[in-house]
Amino acid sequence: MEYEAVIGLEVHVQLGTKTKLFTRVPYAYGAEPNTLTNSVVLGLPGALPVMNLQAIRDSIRVGLIFNCQIPEICKWDRKHYFYPDMPKNYQISQYDKPICQGGEVEIELPGSARNIMGKHRMVKLTRIHLEEDVGKLTHIGNESLVDYNRAGTPLIEIVTEPDMHNADEVFAFLKSLRMHLLYAGISDCDMEKGQMRCDANISVRPKGERKLGTKVELKNLNSISGVCNGVSFEIKRQIESLESGQRILQETRRWDAEGGITISMRSKEMAHDYRYFPDPDLMPVKISKEWRESIRAEQPELPFIKQERFFQQYDLPYSVTSVICPDKELSDYFEEAVSLYNQPKMIANFIVNELLRELSVAGTNGSLPLAESKVKPHHLASLAKLVDQSVISSQIAKEVFNEIFKTGQNPEKIVEDKDLKQNTDTSAIEKLCADAINNNPKAVAEFKSGKDNAINAIKGQVMKASQGKANPKIIDEILRKLLA
Amino acid sequence: MSNELFFKSAAELGELLDKKEISAVELIQSVIDRTKKIEPRVQAFLATNEEKVIAEAKASDERRAAGKKLSPLDGIPVATKDILADKGVQLTCASKILKNYISPYTSTAIERLRDAGAIMWGRTNLDEFAMGSSVENSAFQATHNPWDLERIPGGSSGGSSAAVAAGETIIALGSDTGGSIRQPAALCGVVGLKPTYGLVSRYGLAAFASSLDQIGPFARTVKDVASTLQIIAGHDRYDSTSFKANIPNYTESIEKNKGPWKLGVPKEYFGEGLNPEVRVFIEKAIDFYKQQGCEIVEVSLPNADLAIPAYYLTATAEASSNLARYDGIRYTHRSSDATDAIDIYSKSRAEGFGDEVKRRIILGTYVLSSGYYDAYYVRAQKVRTLIRRDFEQAFQRVDALLTPTSPTAAFKIGEKATDPLSMYLSDIYTISINLAGLPGISIPCGFTNNNLPVGLQIIGKPYAEAQLLAIADFFEKAHPHYTKNPSL
Repeated sequence: MEYEAVIGLEVHVQLGTKTKLFTRVPYAYGAEPNTLTNSVVLGLPGALPVMNLQAIRDSIRVGLIFNCQIPEICKWDRKHYFYPDMPKNYQISQYDKPICQGGEVEIELPGSARNIMGKHRMVKLTRIHLEEDVGKLTHIGNESLVDYNRAGTPLIEIVTEPDMHNADEVFAFLKSLRMHLLYAGISDCDMEKGQMRCDANISVRPKGERKLGTKVELKNLNSISGVCNGVSFEIKRQIESLESGQRILQETRRWDAEGGITISMRSKEMAHDYRYFPDPDLMPVKISKEWRESIRAEQPELPFIKQERFFQQYDLPYSVTSVICPDKELSDYFEEAVSLYNQPKMIANFIVNELLRELSVAGTNGSLPLAESKVKPHHLASLAKLVDQSVISSQIAKEVFNEIFKTGQNPEKIVEDKDLKQNTDTSAIEKLCADAINNNPKAVAEFKSGKDNAINAIKGQVMKASQGKANPKIIDEILRKLLA
Repeated sequence: MSNELFFKSAAELGELLDKKEISAVELIQSVIDRTKKIEPRVQAFLATNEEKVIAEAKASDERRAAGKKLSPLDGIPVATKDILADKGVQLTCASKILKNYISPYTSTAIERLRDAGAIMWGRTNLDEFAMGSSVENSAFQATHNPWDLERIPGGSSGGSSAAVAAGETIIALGSDTGGSIRQPAALCGVVGLKPTYGLVSRYGLAAFASSLDQIGPFARTVKDVASTLQIIAGHDRYDSTSFKANIPNYTESIEKNKGPWKLGVPKEYFGEGLNPEVRVFIEKAIDFYKQQGCEIVEVSLPNADLAIPAYYLTATAEASSNLARYDGIRYTHRSSDATDAIDIYSKSRAEGFGDEVKRRIILGTYVLSSGYYDAYYVRAQKVRTLIRRDFEQAFQRVDALLTPTSPTAAFKIGEKATDPLSMYLSDIYTISINLAGLPGISIPCGFTNNNLPVGLQIIGKPYAEAQLLAIADFFEKAHPHYTKNPSL
C-alpha cells in the first residue's frame, strides 16, 4: 500500500526585543548564568508581570507578514506544570485568544537544479501566539543546574495546520519562515542558540484516505537538518509499523540525532493537564484597527514579492535573486547602487560574486556585516560605469573591487593611481598579437584547422603580455584579422 | 506629653509632632514599650526591629526640624502584614514554606509609605497566605484579640487589627481578599478599609487570589485611614491591574462632604445567621443616618447567596496557581528527604504548607482541571458578573450600602478551627464586595454585652472612596468609639 505522511509544525521563535516579555530585564545569549533576572523573572512572592509593548507590536508584524487575522482582543492565560526551569510553575501564554489567527506561509520547494527556481506553495497556519520562555536546565552527573537568564524572554509559537507531507516541505517551510523573520528583523532565528525551536506532529495514512492517522509529537529537533532527518525517520518508522500490522500509539517521541532514531518519551495517558485559566495579573490586549493598519503600512516589501519584481524590473536570473532578495539590507544596497548607475546585472554580479565572498572571509567572528563593509553602493555604481564604458576590463574590475574593499577608495582614483586603464592603442596590441601568434604555433595550427576555441589560448597570452589592460574585444578583432 | 501616645490617632500625633510637643523618637519609643509590655499576651507581631525604627524616627525628627516634613504620616509608626514585600525584611506569609525568606525588593505600598516618612514598625501575623478568618492558620503563633485574649482577632489580617487595637502601632497595612481587612477590623474595634480593586498597587503583595486581593489600611480613625490611603493609592506601572486615575484629596473630602446621602440596606444581609446582638447595633447605626437626614432605601442583592461558592471556586483556583511557585527549588523550604525533582515538590510542599492552604490548593487544582473547568471556574465567573450587576443596580438608587461586617463578634480561639465551613461563613458579608471589586470599610459601631466590638460595613461605588470615607467619618464623629481602649 502507498502511504502519505501528514505533518504539522509548532515553531517557537524568540523575539529580538530589548527586554523580556513582562519586565524590563534585558536578554543576551551566553551571559553569565542567572544574571539577567529580577523579582518578576524569578517569580518571587508579590512580583507582577507588565506587558512589553514591543513584543505585541512584533507579534502583530509577524501576523501581518503571514496574512494572519489580528483579532481586536487577545488575552493571557496561565499554563501550569511543575518543572524546575519554570520559576512560577506556570507559563504565561495565550490559550483561546491568541494574537494571530489563521494565515499562511509561502514556501519554495527545491528546484530541479540549484540554479532553477522550485515550485511555490502556501502552507496554512492555525495561529501564532505570544508567550514567555522558560529557563534552562543543565544536568551534570547527579546534579541539575538551572539558569533563569532565558526565562521570561518573549517567544512566539507559530502553529501550522497539518499541511505538509514530507521532509522537503518541512525544510522549505522552516527556510521560508526564517527568511521572513530575519528579513523583518523579528529574530535571528538561530536554532543553535535556541532562537528558533521546532516540534513536529506527524501521522501517516493510506494515500487517498481523508481521515488523519494517529499523530506522534516529535521533540528535540535542534537544527533544521535535525528536523528534516527526524521527520523522515519518523515517517518511515510509522509506515513500517503499519505495514508490519502494528498500531501507531499517540505519544511524544524524542529525536536522537546521534543514533538517528526517535525514542518514546511519554504516552497520551501521561499527558499534562495544563489547567489553563485567564491570568488575573494581566489585562486583555486591545488591538485597534488603526494600530494594526499603521503597523501594516510600515511593512517592508516581502522577499518573494521582491524576487518577482527583480525578475521583471532588472531581468536578473534566479541564481542572483535567490541570494539578494531574502536579505533586505542587501537588496536595498543593490537597488541603491542601481539607482546610481543602471547596470543591474553587472552590479548584482559584483555583489554575489565579489562582495559576499569577501565579506564571508573578512569577519573576525563569522561574516563581516554588510553595514561594516567599506564598499558602498556608490562604489559599485562607479565600478560598473568604468567597466560599462570600457575604461577597465571586467578582469581589472575584480582587482579594483578588492582595492575598494580594503581601502574604501573611489574606483576612479584606484584606476588612475594604479594605471589600470584599458589599453585601446591598436598598434601596440597588434604587436603583442603578432608576438603571441609567433610564440604559439600549436594553438595557431589548431585554430586554423577549425577549432575556434583555440583562439582563447592566444588571447590569454596577449592579455598576459598587456598585464590585463588590453581591451579583449580589440584583441579578438586583431587576432582574427591576423590569422585570417 | 501624654504617656499613652500609642492610643492616639495619627492626626493627633501629627499635630503634636508639628508643635514639637513630642518627637518621633518618643512616639516610637512609646509604641516599643507598649509592645514589649503586652505583646506576650497579644502576639500580633512576627517580627519587629527596634534599632532600625529608632534611627528612622531620628531622621524624621530631623526632617521636621528642618521644615522638610514628607507627609502627615512622617514619623508615624506603621505595622505591615507579613505578606507585603519589604527589601531586606522577612516575608513569611505566616508559612513554614517561607520561614527563612527575605525579600530582595519592596512592595509599592510600603515604598510609598516609607517615602512619605512613615516608620515601618514590625511585621504582623496572619493566617498562612492570608487564608483564614482568625489567624489560627498562622504556622507560627495565634494572635489574641486585645478585647478578650481568649478570642480570635479576626483574619486574615488579624495581627494588624490587633496591633492597632492594642496600641502596638498607630497604623497598619493589611490585605483583603474576601474580608481579611474588614472582618478583623470589626472584631478588634478599629477602622479597616478595603479599597476598590486596582486603587492600590498589588506589586509586592504575595498573591493569594490575584483578582480579589487588595491592600488597605487599618487605623483607629477614619481620618487616619484616609491619610494612609492618600499615600498608597494611585497608579503603579509595576501592576497591570492598577487603575489610572487622579486621586482626590481624601482628607479634604471628608471635611467637605457632609451628606445627606441615600443609603441602601440590602435585605439579604440581615437574614438567618446574623447574631441578634450584632443586628441591633447595625440597625441603630442605620437609624442614626436616618435621623441625620439620610434617605434609607431597602435594596436587594438577589445573588448574594451565590457569593460564598463563587468566591471559594475563584479564590482557590487562583491560589492553586499563585502558590505553585513555592516548590522547594529556589527560595522556599526544601525537604531534606527529597531524592528527585518530583520528590522535592511533593515533600517540600507537604512539609511547608498548613492544612487550610493545602485544602485550598487541592480544591483550586480540581476547579481548574480539564473537564471541571467549565462547570466550576467559568460558572463562578458568570456568577461574579451577576453579583457585580446586583451591586450596579443597587448603586443606581443609592450612594452606599450599610451592612454588618461580620455576622458575629469575635469567637473563641479553637471554636471554629476544626470546622472550615463555619469559618468560611464568617466572611459572608464581605466576600461579595471583593467579587464585585468594590470598596468597603468597617468602622466600630458598638460593643456587645461581653464588651466585644461590632463593626458596621459601608460599601461604596467603584473608586468612590472619598464619599465612602465621608460617610464613615460622619458616623464616627457622632460615635467616637476610638476613645475606648481595651484594658490589657
